[in-house]
Amino acid sequence: MKLALGTAIVVLVVLLWELARPHLRRMLAGYAQMLAEHRRRSALQGYDPGRELRAEQRARALLRSCVEESDWAMYRDLGFLRVWGAIGDRAQESPAYAYLIYPHKPIVAYVPATGELLNEYCVAFPDHSRPYGSARLPDSDDVLAKWMALNADERRLIGEANMHLPGRQVDPARVAADLSRLASWDRRRSQSADGSVRAA
Amino acid sequence: MKLLRMKPGHGEILLAEGDVEVPEQERELIEAFRRELDAGMWAAVPLQAPGGRRQAELVKSFQDVPRDAERVIFFPRAAGGAPATSA
Repeated sequence: MKLALGTAIVVLVVLLWELARPHLRRMLAGYAQMLAEHRRRSALQGYDPGRELRAEQRARALLRSCVEESDWAMYRDLGFLRVWGAIGDRAQESPAYAYLIYPHKPIVAYVPATGELLNEYCVAFPDHSRPYGSARLPDSDDVLAKWMALNADERRLIGEANMHLPGRQVDPARVAADLSRLASWDRRRSQSADGSVRAA
Repeated sequence: MKLLRMKPGHGEILLAEGDVEVPEQERELIEAFRRELDAGMWAAVPLQAPGGRRQAELVKSFQDVPRDAERVIFFPRAAGGAPATSA
């Protein structure tokens, strides 16, 4: 009698579970969707384009006050910074490698002589206090943070970064195009510097 | 000397400002410096090398900050990251 009753209860539970399962699944999916929508709306409400623009203007002024005039001009004109590599080969006149610093993208290491891409170093400076809902620094602050960290302690920053082969996050074709733009930019700068010297 | 901190959605904010030669002001600078380091920030001092070249130095204590430094900039410590978006 007990066995039959137990079996009946088990069968009943299984049947109820089978009946309720699609409904529960729908409910859970609906809840997850609602949660995602809520998060999306909160993020949109927290985002103020005017505030972000003002933050970026402040960050650009800070970057400009910290780097060389030519580096600032490079960032202003091209949207990235080049930093010469300093590990090893310090005696060489032209550094064996250099980095391109993009805002909120990995640092790209390359060989200036050939344009060969070496590595991508994924590094971020997340502010977990999220004062306005985001942990991301303004673009130019991100560039300045990378510049200061590379400049001050290249090994440490590279040690903290996740290293990947080229092309994982930054399109190699884009980097090649940027290197070509950079070469033209360098040529223009040196020509205008020569012109100024001759005029003087 | 000014202590600045990079902040999302804002740019830099002024944390403290004072003259390191005035003991009371130096104490305030040291306290603000420690607070930021305790919060996990990195501290960098922008410098100008003798030849005029711009450089930066990471410092781990207030004693490492050159006495004539104009600014110390705090920013969140580096973390290996892999943003989802691609270029």
